Amino acid sequence: MSMYNSNRGGIIQIIIGIIFILITVQLISLQIFSSKYVLAANNNAIFRKIIYPDRGIIYDRKKRALLENTISYDLVVIPNEAKGVDTTTLCEILKIDKEEYKKRMVEVIIKNSRVKSGIFEAFLSAELYAQLTENLYRFPGFSLSERSIRSYPYNTAAHVLGYVAEVDVNFLEKHGEEGYEMGDYAGMTGLEKQYESILMGQRGVKRFLRDNKGKIQGPFEKGQFDTVAVAGRNLFTSMDVEVQQLAEKLLQHKIGSVVALNPKTGSVIAMASSPGYNPNLLTGNQRRKTIGRLLTDTARPIYNRAIKGQYPPGSTFKPMGALIALDEGLITPSFGYNCFGLYTSCGDPRKCEHHNAGHAANLQLALANSCNSYFLQVFRMAIDNPKYHNAKQGYLKWKQYMNSFGLGRKLGIDLPSENKANIPDTAQYNKDFGGAKYWNSCYMLTLGIGQDRMTATPLQLANAMAFIANKGYYYTPHFIDSIEEEDEIDKKLLQNFRTKQEVTKIPTEYFDIIKEGMHDVTVYGTAAFIKVPGHEFCAKTGTAQNPHGKNHSLFVCFAPKDNPKIAVAVIVENAGFGATWAGPIAGLVMEKYLNDTLTKESKTKVDYLSNIDLMPEAIKAWYIRNNKTEMLSPIEYNNDELADVWDMEMLSESTPIKTKIDTIKKLDTAAPPAKPLAPPTKNKKIKEQALNPKLKKKKIKSKINNVSI
Amino acid sequence: MSASSNNNNFSKGTDLAVILLYLIMVAIGIMCIFMVEYNPNLTWSNSFLMAKTNYSKQIYFAIFCGFVAIFILLVDSKLFTALANISYLLGILLMLATFVVGKNINGSKSWIPIAGGFNLQPAELCKIFTALILAKFISKPETDFTKLKSHIIAGIMITLPAILSIMQHEMGLALVYSAFIFAMYREGLPPVILVILLSFAILVIATLLLEPTTLSIVLTAVAGLFIANMIKRFKRNKNNILIVLAIWVVSFGTVRFVVPYIFNNVFECYQSTRIYSMIGKEYDCSLNKKSASSTTERKSKKPDDYNVKQSKIAIGSGGFWGRGFLKGTQTRGRYVPEQHTDFIFTSLGEAFGFVGTFTFLALYLFFLFRLIRIAERQRSTFSRVYAYSVVGIFFFHIAVNICMTIGLFPVVGIPLPLISYGGSSLLTFTALLFILLRLDADRQMVLR
Repeated sequence: MSMYNSNRGGIIQIIIGIIFILITVQLISLQIFSSKYVLAANNNAIFRKIIYPDRGIIYDRKKRALLENTISYDLVVIPNEAKGVDTTTLCEILKIDKEEYKKRMVEVIIKNSRVKSGIFEAFLSAELYAQLTENLYRFPGFSLSERSIRSYPYNTAAHVLGYVAEVDVNFLEKHGEEGYEMGDYAGMTGLEKQYESILMGQRGVKRFLRDNKGKIQGPFEKGQFDTVAVAGRNLFTSMDVEVQQLAEKLLQHKIGSVVALNPKTGSVIAMASSPGYNPNLLTGNQRRKTIGRLLTDTARPIYNRAIKGQYPPGSTFKPMGALIALDEGLITPSFGYNCFGLYTSCGDPRKCEHHNAGHAANLQLALANSCNSYFLQVFRMAIDNPKYHNAKQGYLKWKQYMNSFGLGRKLGIDLPSENKANIPDTAQYNKDFGGAKYWNSCYMLTLGIGQDRMTATPLQLANAMAFIANKGYYYTPHFIDSIEEEDEIDKKLLQNFRTKQEVTKIPTEYFDIIKEGMHDVTVYGTAAFIKVPGHEFCAKTGTAQNPHGKNHSLFVCFAPKDNPKIAVAVIVENAGFGATWAGPIAGLVMEKYLNDTLTKESKTKVDYLSNIDLMPEAIKAWYIRNNKTEMLSPIEYNNDELADVWDMEMLSESTPIKTKIDTIKKLDTAAPPAKPLAPPTKNKKIKEQALNPKLKKKKIKSKINNVSI
Repeated sequence: MSASSNNNNFSKGTDLAVILLYLIMVAIGIMCIFMVEYNPNLTWSNSFLMAKTNYSKQIYFAIFCGFVAIFILLVDSKLFTALANISYLLGILLMLATFVVGKNINGSKSWIPIAGGFNLQPAELCKIFTALILAKFISKPETDFTKLKSHIIAGIMITLPAILSIMQHEMGLALVYSAFIFAMYREGLPPVILVILLSFAILVIATLLLEPTTLSIVLTAVAGLFIANMIKRFKRNKNNILIVLAIWVVSFGTVRFVVPYIFNNVFECYQSTRIYSMIGKEYDCSLNKKSASSTTERKSKKPDDYNVKQSKIAIGSGGFWGRGFLKGTQTRGRYVPEQHTDFIFTSLGEAFGFVGTFTFLALYLFFLFRLIRIAERQRSTFSRVYAYSVVGIFFFHIAVNICMTIGLFPVVGIPLPLISYGGSSLLTFTALLFILLRLDADRQMVLR
């Protein structure tokens, strides 16, 4: 019988073989062609703990920390392990309801998946922390994780330092290669962003083996794949906390900016922008509230006006105009212009504040008296320079000078999103006037007094002062002088800040003349009443017309005269005369820096200035409309009355001029009625103007009437 | 065989290759259990001597099995034919006894406690007894295994312990009895029966995969086409038409009544769920009448496919070369439940990768082919039937166990022969194998 079936043994072997082949095929697919299982196994068993190093600290010139790190605690949760949680107690402690609990849980799952830990509640208060530690055993899956957050011991320099924030999807896309993960923090603005790679340090990863109950069994592979966290390196600046604080204080209740540079190195001593904010409000749990308020504020407190604000430089440009003419050999220091209060060579007459004969008899006098006619003439000479065949060529040469002075281009400061402001291109004029043939120096005449389309940032103006103070060179303005444990890459990074920028070959004697003129400004000129005890200094005031309302108050200066240690630019928006508001602020900043202290008299001045409210009425009205009255200063000042007081003090000799101006205005029929220069305007009126868009438009369209002191 | 074996009665004619493979397998098994149990904080000598860990216990089992093996090799092979009937009877009685004195281990009341904290599972031993009685029955001169009557008697011998196993909630063990088909097929079971069983299996799978209504329509349509075809071709043989109709009735009944009945009334809820989850469907446990009556309390358990998922992760993460001895994270983190028993293959797969699993499979394949060779060289039908039974049982265990760990078969509690932890299982396979070796040593003798 068995003989008949002996072939069946073979069939059985074939069946067995087929099944084994089937198994082998499945094993090949599982073990050789599916990489997901390794990942799944690692997800299961390897618990990666990221060790965040402390971020680097930024110091000022006296090694005071502008920002530091403090410890904060987060409540984190691994959703998969959060089973059997005493939600009632947890919700009570956190003061949330169960709906919110579920919502947050879902958020955590979406963000970090079920098996990774995600933040359930960030930045616990000390009280919450204590309560939670006590009850943590009731909340399986929850744990408290330590985190280092920023703190700002001096509450200052918010714009400069910037802030760190949780990275978002966009950030992760941009920085995919740098190992950031959801939930990480990174510098988003300011120095925090610019020097992120240095401040961040190097994150460490510890790998642990965990069993099926989530219990840590010990280091994975004896820790041989672990990496050590390397603390972020510290940064050293030449900033001065006290000067910075003073600058910010002086800008309170005003819109504007202060930039102070060390001309010898290009290091920034102080950079303030107002309105600002308290940087401590952007760390920890107040962040959510604060950031929303800051972003919606019409006065844009987050906006760093010092590097982004574009202002017509007004008369502060005049020293540079003179330098160009001197270098081109168009004028000599003794060049004079017979100004009698009007510049009429281009038909349309332009006003000058001075009418007395000889106020522009030479360059030094013209600078000290800020004679508009003189500098308009000088500008025209530069554009119509016979050396260059036509106005276009002349203009291009002029623009080249401007760019080499650091105007109309980015200076390359170590802050993100610097603005290059504007020195107009010939293309713009070609477009406006229908071609290169159709315009000449008269068409953009007011460029000569820093108006027209010329704009500059406060930083550029301060840098221009450094350039004049140094007699022909500057260092790229920067904050970071040195990095802790500097290596070759860092040296390269800072290389540009350590190289002298010698872009023009203007002889030093021309600078001497300009310096003398600017010194005269502080002796008998427009800034005569501003004093820095113990130091002689050079300055130039500016009162820039602008399409947004009242004139901007500008002031640029450097001190001491013979050995400049500080160059300052101050702008107070819509405040009036340069000497009235920006001047005293600059004076106090210089005094503080040079003397390290303020005289008693100066201190009263600080208190006085810092309490003055120069906020434009439109912004105040916005605050009232949006119920944000806390932003308003508690004391209402009548700006213009105060302004008058200052005016008296500073322009005692020119008081009678006012009436004259009015008469000149009557003559000035060609120009549309521009805003009167000095006459006291009541707040109401300004408010009206600011709120009426039609009026505003009209103003923008209106040709700018030359007003410059 | 070696020269010395000629004078030695004990080892004369014994197949040393199989013994060697057996020893290798047992050693691999102990190593795998060691990998699962390994705890770096424990001094191994201490735990080993105290027999506190499973691998040290398994070593003691192995030593014990060694004695049993030697004992088996020493007895007269006629003893097995003599004891075949009585042992089967004893096995059935023991299985029945579990219903009275049984101890509940892992939800199945199939264990009889014996001295020293060890437990015996009669269903395991019954495999041997069934193999013996089947061999005895087929080898009887009066048995004509071409007759249906003989098939039915053999079928009853096999299904009796299987049914008892199902009653003990030991689905896996019950399934093992289907392994005797190999032996029966070899002895002349007509292939038609295999074809019918296979068709039935396909029908059941189709029932699970397709909507019952769709399948009924398809079946009816196919039957209709057949009949129409027959009428058209003037082959109006009534019998043929009746056969087609009968097949249709059986198929239809299977789809509509038998399969739902089996899933709802025979299988436990978890078993139905596992089978459904294999084909990616969900089983509604409220339909299950068996579970509804017995297990009303629902424990919060891990999802049903958790085992297979973790098992696949463990094997898959091994990759080509494996993660290395004692370096598997799935094993170290105890992610695979029952890893030292039914899922022991995963620790091998994780630690040694495809290279390891393939070598291991090749070893098993060689082992099985060797057993088939032994079977074919027997002169007596008794030995051959027994040998094929052993091949069938080993193969079934290996195939089902490995297939379930790699997700090709629903999870049933079947150990991997000689590898999985467990004294009963090791003892059974040792006895099965060494009885065969004993019979093989006397292959020149005709046993009845």
